[in-house]
Amino acid sequence: MRGRLAVGSPLHILLLSCSFALAVYAGVRLLAGDWLGVALWVVGAALLHDLVLLPLYAAADRAVVGGLGRVRRREWTMYVRVPAALSGLLLLVWFPLISGRVEERYRSGTGLPPEVFLTRWLLITAVLFAGSALLLTLRLRSAAKRRPPAVH
Amino acid sequence: MRDDPRDPRLPTSPGFWRSPLRGPWFTSVLGLVLLAGITVLFVTGLLSYAAYNPNLSPVNDKTPDKGILGFYLFAWPTDPHWLYRLNQGVHVTLGITLIPVLLAKLWSVVPRLFTLPPARSLAHALERVSLLLLVGGGLFEFVTGVLNVQLDYVFPGSFYPLHFYGAWVFFAAFVAHALLKTPTALRNLRRLREEKDDLVSPRPAEPTVSRRGALWFVGGGSLLLFATTVGQNLGGPLRRTALLAPHGGGDPGSGPNGFQINKTAAYAGIGTAETAEDAWRLVVTGRTGTVRLSRAQLAELPLYSSALPIACVEGWSTPDQWWRGVRLRDLAALVGYEDDPPDVFVESLQRHGAFRKAALRANQVADPRSLLALSVNGEELSPDHGHPARIIVPAAPGVLNTKWVARMTFGDL
Repeated sequence: MRGRLAVGSPLHILLLSCSFALAVYAGVRLLAGDWLGVALWVVGAALLHDLVLLPLYAAADRAVVGGLGRVRRREWTMYVRVPAALSGLLLLVWFPLISGRVEERYRSGTGLPPEVFLTRWLLITAVLFAGSALLLTLRLRSAAKRRPPAVH
Repeated sequence: MRDDPRDPRLPTSPGFWRSPLRGPWFTSVLGLVLLAGITVLFVTGLLSYAAYNPNLSPVNDKTPDKGILGFYLFAWPTDPHWLYRLNQGVHVTLGITLIPVLLAKLWSVVPRLFTLPPARSLAHALERVSLLLLVGGGLFEFVTGVLNVQLDYVFPGSFYPLHFYGAWVFFAAFVAHALLKTPTALRNLRRLREEKDDLVSPRPAEPTVSRRGALWFVGGGSLLLFATTVGQNLGGPLRRTALLAPHGGGDPGSGPNGFQINKTAAYAGIGTAETAEDAWRLVVTGRTGTVRLSRAQLAELPLYSSALPIACVEGWSTPDQWWRGVRLRDLAALVGYEDDPPDVFVESLQRHGAFRKAALRANQVADPRSLLALSVNGEELSPDHGHPARIIVPAAPGVLNTKWVARMTFGDL
């Protein structure tokens, strides 16, 4: 078998060939300008996501789960993970506005103040963590009430 | 043995992937949501492209080499007048809302990126090449869209051709992927008991959340993005709910001219020297020659009102504003087109900017609501909204509503 590749489903090959034909037709036009730049963006987007962004957030998550596990609070994971992930998601999507990297163009183009976005993102983050902490407190309280009094 | 592919310290080993969430059910649910969502994104994207009337004139066409990709183009209608507002609001808001689903879907299948052997057959090898176009093309579309609405033009070229041709590359791979995988995804959802597949971890870690809980988590991310974005299409206090969207929060001003601005007069380089009463003249050309009109002369023509929104390709819009001005078809009549309003070529005072010149089709000129507006909401236009005069056409993309109009040439384009 070594060195020999099976063919696989002819129907799949036909379907993928049609798909490639269309992709090449559009791709030639997509690459008509700065072909190297565009190719780097398309391939780079996939590589950056799969080999940088995903391992980074997976490692951060693992650190949270591990850290809480060491203090025997593994069941608190979601109370940290949810606000952190939602805040990170907002930062990821609105990074140009939050970071202020388009401040001048935004202000002179739209007539709107660009500095509000960082403040708002920080406030939303604070509300998310505060809400999560509140929910956890309520849950711990109701669990304490249900538990029979400790025997001394 | 360090280079044994089954060594669980290597991502090529199934044992490397510990999450108990991964499995065919989770991936299938996310995949079907994306199947529906991305189909809507593609259709609204193609409609938005058609709304520019690219076949009408080279000035409207940022993709002159489109070839057969423009096969479906049609004369963009003027009814209903909120058509572009709805289309583009859906396109951008839905795109942003789908980001968590896309990220979760990619997370759920990442072990397959490292599967060995890289290809089991020729068909499988081709499928993996197609997946690079699917993932790279998909992320390219989302990233260019998200950057463009925030005015961050770092991508390598003009947004219009990149996002349009990129969409077709992505869609080619998307259709193939959907045809290959949808039957399996539907089967996975119908099946009550989870079956085994390569995504299920052989040595799962202790769960911290159920699969349903994880789906709620993804949905919560989508809901948060939706709730902080959709308001930039709404009026009144609801706009304030769009806390992080570029045109959410509040309006740039108060009063009749206080609504959202795409590009200010200062940004476009328009000064009062050119727009002052004694300096500015509207030059209208047509079948019977050229007419030059001052703003005072324009204001003596029959004036009409229409309630129309501003709707931007960037996915924000205003509610209907009350515009007042001269009908485009009356201006056509002034230069010899009494009963048969033709296309019109509109030029702005702007010296730079992609749409300082724009063409409108005969059906847009003929619509009685299409105006060369002189005032809005009962007050003279402000410089930022196009003083001395601007175009406003029902259902047209914002950039075709040319501001600071200097010259209008009627005739078939």
